[in-house]
Formats: sequence, C-alpha cells, structure tokens
Amino acid sequence: MGELAAGLPVTRSAVSQHLKVLKDAGLVTERAAGTRRIYRLNPTAVAALRDQLDTYWQRALTSYADLATQTPPTESSPTQTPPEETS
Amino acid sequence: MTEAVVRRTIVVQAPQDKAFHAFTERFGDFKPREHNMLVSPIAQTVFEPRVGGHIYDRGEDGSECRWARVLAFDPPLRVVFSWDIGPTWQVESDPDLTSEVEVRFVPETPDRTRVELEHRHLDRHGPGWEAVADGIGTGDGWPLYLARYADLLAGGA
Repeated sequence: MGELAAGLPVTRSAVSQHLKVLKDAGLVTERAAGTRRIYRLNPTAVAALRDQLDTYWQRALTSYADLATQTPPTESSPTQTPPEETS
Repeated sequence: MTEAVVRRTIVVQAPQDKAFHAFTERFGDFKPREHNMLVSPIAQTVFEPRVGGHIYDRGEDGSECRWARVLAFDPPLRVVFSWDIGPTWQVESDPDLTSEVEVRFVPETPDRTRVELEHRHLDRHGPGWEAVADGIGTGDGWPLYLARYADLLAGGA
C-alpha cells in the first residue's frame, strides 16, 4: 500500500480509502503480510474477461435477433430455388 | 460487489418455440466469427440438442473443437451449456475451471419472445488468470493503471 501511495500525488489515507472502494467493488483483493497489506489485481482480470464476454454476447445476440426474426430455415427452406417449371 | 456474471437480454419478434430453435440450430450463424480455436477456418458449428451433447466447431480440414457441454436442454424454455474456454481463448479441459451459460426464452406475446442470457461463474476461470495478473503487476500494468487512476483523481472524478 505504501508503494502505491508513494507513486500517487495524494495522501496515504486517500489511497487507503480508494483501495477500500476498489476492494468493495471487487476489483482488487487484499492480503495481510505482517504489517503490510498486499493488493492484487487478479479480479480485475476477471473483470476484463467479463467485459470481453459481454461484448461477445452482445454481438451474438444482435445477430441472433436478426436471424430469429427471419423466416425459419425449416423443412421447406425459403432460400431454396423454386422448382423448375415443367414445360 | 462486482459479480462474475454477464447478463444480456434481447427481445425478438418471434414465437418462443421459433426463438428457441433459432438459437440452438443456428448458433454457428450468429456467434462472432473471429473466435476460432481451430487452425482451420470453421466450416460448421454444431449444437447437439441433448443433455450430454456438445457444442463444437468443425474446421474445413475436418478437425473439431468441442468447447461446450450441454447441461440442460428444455425446449422451448431454456438451454444451459458449459463454457469450456479459458481467458485466452483456449479449450479448458478441467470442468472446475469453466463457467456456464443459461439462456431462457420467455414469451411476451404469442409473437414476441424475451431472450435472457446469463453467463455465470466467470470467477471459476480465475486460476488461469494468474500469469495474466502477474503481467498486470509489472510493466504497463499497474503503473499504467495508477497513472489513469491519478488522472481521475486530478480531474476531480
């Protein structure tokens, strides 16, 4: 925590408060090591995965909605060429 | 708390039964194409319509990639399948490290269906993130993050 505070233009207690917010939001995990508190960003990586999948499903469902609204490709597919007329 | 879940809802102008079958039978037609874990281009994506079945991609060269297990198949109500894809888009063989997707088809009118998708237990992919997290801790990970954080603070956000 001290290392983080040293790199920021704010007070140590401000950093502590912000880390608490981040922790409550699930973005960092906290671990005590002696008198030090170690923060890890691992859950942020999960958040990144979540963002990635959110985008994935948004795109998939948008395309899906277009397909589902169309005439279904059931037994008689509408995209088939019409039967040739017998002359 | 940030939940390790993605929820998406979309309303389609289609009856429930049609909405269900469009999802399971045409999955390969609407999933984003660039996500391919095969070397070969995908010729077909198959959604096996039964519990114990798989969703798999078949490449043009005949190779296959099974990336989901069908956990529930209840037409026209819902389908549940596992997401056996790790964070870096590789197939995950350990079921304990996989998430799952449930899709529910809720009729709003006889001609309109609300499709509710929930991709949950994303945190189960966690262990696979160790290396990524370590990367975040060095180089342009934490320092960049902190720089942005500082910008936010400076901006009074």
